[in-house]
Amino acid sequence: MNTAGFDGFGNVEVRVFIRDGGENRSQPTSTGLQELDAQLSFGENVHSAIGENIRLLIDRPDGTYCFRLHNDRVYYMSERILKLATNISRDKLVSVGTCFGKFTKTQKFRLHITALDFLAPYAKFKVWVKPGSEQSFLYGNHIMKSGLGRITENTAQYQGVVVYSMADVPLGFGVAAKTTQECRKVDPMSIVVFHQADIGEYIRSEDTLT
Amino acid sequence: MGRKLDPTVKVKRGPGRKARKQKGAETELSKFLVDDDGPKKLSSRSRKRAIKRAQVTKEPKQEEKSKKGFSDENSKWLKPTQRKRKIEQSEEDEDSDSQWEEEDDDEDEEGFVKKEMEEEDDDDEDMVDDYGADEGDEQDSDGEELLPIERAARKQKKQTSKKPGSDDDEDEDEEEEDDDDEEDEKDDLKEDEEEEEDTVQANFDETETFKLPAAADRAKEGLLQMDLQTIHQRIRDNVDVLSHFSEKREEGKERSEYLSLLRSDLCTYYSYNEFLISKLMDIFPVSELIDFLEANEIQRPVTIRTNTLKTRRRDLAQALINRGVNLDPLGKWSKVGLVIYDSSVPIGATPEYLSGQYMLQGASSFLPVMALSPQEGESVLDMSAAPGGKTTYMAQLMRNTGMIVANDANADRLKSVVGNIHRLGVTNAVICNYDGRQFPKVMGGFDRVLLDAPCSGTGVISKDPGVKTGKDEADVLRSAHLQKELILSAIDSVNADSPTGGYLVYCTCSIMVEENEWVVDYALKKRNVKLVPTGLDFGKEGFIRFKERRFHPSLKLSRRFYPHSQNMDGFFVAKLKKLSNTIPTAPRETDEVESTKTETAASSEQIQKPESKQQKPASTPEKSNMGKKQKLKPEKSETPIITKKAGVKSENKKSDGPKKAKIAKLDGETSKKSAKPNKKQKVKELNGDSTKEVVIEKKKGSQFEKNNKTKNKNLLKKNKNRMGKNKFKKLKNMVGQ
Repeated sequence: MNTAGFDGFGNVEVRVFIRDGGENRSQPTSTGLQELDAQLSFGENVHSAIGENIRLLIDRPDGTYCFRLHNDRVYYMSERILKLATNISRDKLVSVGTCFGKFTKTQKFRLHITALDFLAPYAKFKVWVKPGSEQSFLYGNHIMKSGLGRITENTAQYQGVVVYSMADVPLGFGVAAKTTQECRKVDPMSIVVFHQADIGEYIRSEDTLT
Repeated sequence: MGRKLDPTVKVKRGPGRKARKQKGAETELSKFLVDDDGPKKLSSRSRKRAIKRAQVTKEPKQEEKSKKGFSDENSKWLKPTQRKRKIEQSEEDEDSDSQWEEEDDDEDEEGFVKKEMEEEDDDDEDMVDDYGADEGDEQDSDGEELLPIERAARKQKKQTSKKPGSDDDEDEDEEEEDDDDEEDEKDDLKEDEEEEEDTVQANFDETETFKLPAAADRAKEGLLQMDLQTIHQRIRDNVDVLSHFSEKREEGKERSEYLSLLRSDLCTYYSYNEFLISKLMDIFPVSELIDFLEANEIQRPVTIRTNTLKTRRRDLAQALINRGVNLDPLGKWSKVGLVIYDSSVPIGATPEYLSGQYMLQGASSFLPVMALSPQEGESVLDMSAAPGGKTTYMAQLMRNTGMIVANDANADRLKSVVGNIHRLGVTNAVICNYDGRQFPKVMGGFDRVLLDAPCSGTGVISKDPGVKTGKDEADVLRSAHLQKELILSAIDSVNADSPTGGYLVYCTCSIMVEENEWVVDYALKKRNVKLVPTGLDFGKEGFIRFKERRFHPSLKLSRRFYPHSQNMDGFFVAKLKKLSNTIPTAPRETDEVESTKTETAASSEQIQKPESKQQKPASTPEKSNMGKKQKLKPEKSETPIITKKAGVKSENKKSDGPKKAKIAKLDGETSKKSAKPNKKQKVKELNGDSTKEVVIEKKKGSQFEKNNKTKNKNLLKKNKNRMGKNKFKKLKNMVGQ
């Protein structure tokens, strides 16, 4: 199962394939959780970075972690929890570990804000937003040139980025609308980063988290 | 404009027409314009003021004189007072001021005023005649406060200072209470004070002798809308009377009448229903009750908990202060709590909140998790997790190691748990949606369990005023029943043999004894658990006895928290340690061989202990199945020797008939059932065993069956008549072959 391309952060077609993760692959499908056998390919962008570092997410010093699919959502958890969670029946299980995202009805993978803490450290391209525009981004608006504080060099257009506040607090995910060079030239009112997900969603759309 | 004025020209004056003609401007003006010739001419008021000014300088001199002695003719017999009371002095001044306008004779006024003060201490008899007049003057100026009758009464009082007799009924009680005990001076002082108070509080006398309104009046009140002020005043007075009941009670009125009036007033004033107020009156003494009710009217301060997985309290406090939040650390007892006084930004929507650096949580919710203190690497169950504050606190204490199972029966509220867990970065949690009572079946063997049981919410009335009127007896009992089931399930989910744990914390946000101490006491009786100290050094101890109930003395280790004393939501926390994984069975909750360690065995255990010792070998077959009986057979062989001594004939008579049926079925249950009706008497029970044993033996030793039967029959028939001697041999013979 190979991937198709990806057009922007929100519509990534993800197949998660655990390469050489012998322990993870052959889990018996017990009561709650099915195994995901898919190719994790996020394309050339941020996701390719993650693709390399996916090992880091799986083989962590404090134990082996894995991804599991449950009710169309992908959960990331340690093996220990996986074992214990198998005791719980499928319909009663609400969440295990951390939810990374979900598969939509047309089998496209949509990354959730809840994955922020795990992806942020591995992000190659970052955008810092000024304090004044922080609130605006947290309400779900796109980032304008006037609100842009910093941006990593050589950011390509439509590159997936992680948005930070000036205090280095991760705020969410976005897609660069312009390359770094263009950002310098463009006028203050034009959009430089498209909003994809932000932590304000914890309040705005609490229901969709589960 | 006009003709030029010639001052030398005489102007006509007088009433005539010509005099009335307009004169020149200068002549008109000359009337007004006055040269400053000599001193200013003063108006009447300004004259008075000047006089006053002059007098002020004289006054101190005069006062000093009068202190030592009067300058006028009264100095011989007038003694100045030691004590100068400010009120009277100020009155004096005012009076003198007002009276200066009328009279210039200031000294006399002062003298009179002084006289009054001293007179109170001096011999009253000498001064009667003068006194009345002066007093009249004096008090006219006070005017409003004293009626003539009161003045006369005062006069009389002073005349007959020691005697309690007085014309004024209203002052009588005060006098009786106060005058009798004190010396002259004190009497007078007291009287002065009372008078002062009388004048200040018009209705003081009424409440001094707080009269209970008659039943008819109270009925009327239901129709008339009594205003809240009056009710509040009445409540306060009633509480006052109840606190000093023997002194302040009305003759003939019982305490219960005062209490019932208080109850209805509290219901009206604070809008509670009768049930809840009665319950609260049982729990709190009357004065504390008022504090509690008042505290429920205002919100508790907003508190937050730092998420130590993502930040430190110091850094968070700094960041929030930069945003314009006014905060302080919560207290010595918490290293992660902060209390918010006010904030210019919504505290639930700051970027710090959204990035999961803190969680809005009530201060009382910190306590059960602190009591439980989960360690790293343990497996913990949170049975009623929503909205997830305690779950996330446990996760941060465990540093995201181990495993937490967060369960809640309500699927909607679970969404908030999911949200909070993800927001705060908790990775070791599994969230499920079971009814808590199913728990040991789903999964068991946890190191620690937290049960924040659903309750009536009487501790969080400040958050939800609907509880005041919405809860009644049935609700509380229903909650209590659910809580009992849940606590048993929780206990069963704990692994007593856990190397690091074996603890359960039971907590509720309620102050009702039915939901707190009673439930814990029930658990102590039903399971092998014991109470241990919670580790919280503040808060009130749990009740050991309440009304007609008596709880286990270790309930002292549980803790109660109140809004009016600890300034947090009403809460109850109890920490239990599980001693053994075995569950005492229902009919024989006492007779557990394994559970010798429990100090908290129920009283029934003690009753049955002497019985149980004897019963043990014989009784085990009743409890268990045939297999056990077979195992215990060698033991049993001894018991029939003992048992068949007594009442053998009677039992065997009965058992002859059903014996065959027994043999046919050879079912443990039927024998049990047959034995059960015999349970009434110990003897009968044992005999029941003996018959069973006979049955067993017959079953097994089939070759001997016939022999035994016949032998038994014969022997029994023989033994009908004979009891006592040589039974042992006979029984041996009966059984041994």
